[in-house]
Amino acid sequence: MPAIELSGVVKRFGPITAVDGLDLEVPEGICLGLLGPNGAGKSTTMRLLTGQAIANAGRLRVLGYDLPGESKPARAEMGVVPQLDNLDVDVTVEDNLAVYARLYRVKDVGAAVDRALDLARLRDRRRDAVDQLSGGMRRRLLLARGLVHEPRLVLLDEPTVGLDPQIRTELWTLIGDLKARGTTILMSTHYIEEAERLSDEVAVMHRGRVIARGRPADLIVEHAGRQTAEVYAPPQRLTELRAAAEATGLRVRPAGPAIAIVGSERAGDGEVPEDAVVRAATLEDVFVLLTGEEAE
Amino acid sequence: MSAGTETAAAPRRRMRRLEPAAVAGVMSREVANFRTYWRGTTFSSVLEPIVYLLAFGLGLGATLVDEVEGVPYIQFVGTGMVATAVIFSSALPSMFGTFVKHRFQNTYEAILAAPVDVEELVTAEMLWIATRSAVYGCVPLIVTFFWGLDPAPGMLLVPIFCFATALGFSGFGVAMAATVAKIDQFNYVTALFVTPLFLVAGTFFPISGLPEGVQVIAQFNPLHQLVELVRGGAFGFETVDIARFAGLVLFAFAMWRLAINRMSKRLID
Repeated sequence: MPAIELSGVVKRFGPITAVDGLDLEVPEGICLGLLGPNGAGKSTTMRLLTGQAIANAGRLRVLGYDLPGESKPARAEMGVVPQLDNLDVDVTVEDNLAVYARLYRVKDVGAAVDRALDLARLRDRRRDAVDQLSGGMRRRLLLARGLVHEPRLVLLDEPTVGLDPQIRTELWTLIGDLKARGTTILMSTHYIEEAERLSDEVAVMHRGRVIARGRPADLIVEHAGRQTAEVYAPPQRLTELRAAAEATGLRVRPAGPAIAIVGSERAGDGEVPEDAVVRAATLEDVFVLLTGEEAE
Repeated sequence: MSAGTETAAAPRRRMRRLEPAAVAGVMSREVANFRTYWRGTTFSSVLEPIVYLLAFGLGLGATLVDEVEGVPYIQFVGTGMVATAVIFSSALPSMFGTFVKHRFQNTYEAILAAPVDVEELVTAEMLWIATRSAVYGCVPLIVTFFWGLDPAPGMLLVPIFCFATALGFSGFGVAMAATVAKIDQFNYVTALFVTPLFLVAGTFFPISGLPEGVQVIAQFNPLHQLVELVRGGAFGFETVDIARFAGLVLFAFAMWRLAINRMSKRLID
């Protein structure tokens, strides 16, 4: 039984269609990265899964429970780590965890809090108020709060958005540990590296639907080939090179101050400039080609 | 954490509406937060009625009014101040607290991601505020003991009267918080509802002195009913007090449902 089954899900906010016929299946035990630009519908999908948004059409099933009717028991078995820090800042670390252990009907609250403190590596800060913690500690606590009841499924909504690289790496280690334990994870992100590092599979979401899905390596081969040639040059020359490459059927995407000729291994002699930097194709190439958005 | 293979055959959970565990869980969050700010809240909740008592009870009582309806004026005001303490410790904290938790702290988003529904969330918020308010509401009565008010067995019911009234006003506050678009719009709520209710409750002067039309309207003011019930507890109940209490219970129930309705629309897209 898949942990998540979404079929033809539509969610509108007035004239805006945030989720537009979304089909998504997440098997148990994997980490699926939901990768998409801002406004792709990732956060709305997360809200639909937690019963905080009601779909206009389609079928949603989470851990065998039909939503929204059986949202409450489904939520009891899933953990949610939100994008925004909504910890109670004046309250101690352990009280933050204990409150959520109670909300999730955990029988032994003390043991659950101790386990979560170990997971977040905050045992020695348990009696400190949250506003005395560093940014990285708060993020770890937020993650531990979502796991305090040992959920079967974890929803991570942009878990490292706005964090500095060091804290992001800390979080990735924790999420990696979670994956290793076999917990099913659905992680929305717009960071390519995050999706590539942590996800068993990636679903690229654009304009409210999944437009590509697969293992990162497979997606790269399927959509971007083996190699990408990056050309750095003045804007006028880049325009000319882009036109020339596209005329031969090659796909070209912007790459900051350069252009990237994707699938350059298929280029004929002289179709890729000699001064181009050739590198292995990446998920970023796939993302930009499919969504037309610059990656972060 | 649990492995997917181990939990694949987990039994299906059944969860009811309005589960006591969910309500208690939300209230435990309020208690944990209250432990960090109870001193300030308690200080103002105790001091304010004392200041009012001194200003009106001793000021007016010593200079203009000796007695009202056969009761020394300071005792008349002291028993009436219970209602003032109740509305200021229920309607205002629920309005501002709910708004801040929803709009600025995203607290409700986190709670509703757990197995808690809006009905349980609102119920817990109301119960917590009403419990606090029932305690703070008794302060003016206790203070008035020092100005000669004799303890009476009926006063033991005052916390219950306060609780029922505060439940209604906390529901009103939650509903308003879910209705306004910006926090400064609470000025309208205060000016249009809270202040008139507070002034026409019979706290500082008897309602019987007002024009007949206003007297009729005052009967629909829950604060006036609370004032009458508290004075009943202090100076002797009347049969009509049963109807007054029933009215407060009805008010609390209506505000509870209104608060749930408004918050559901606000929190669930």
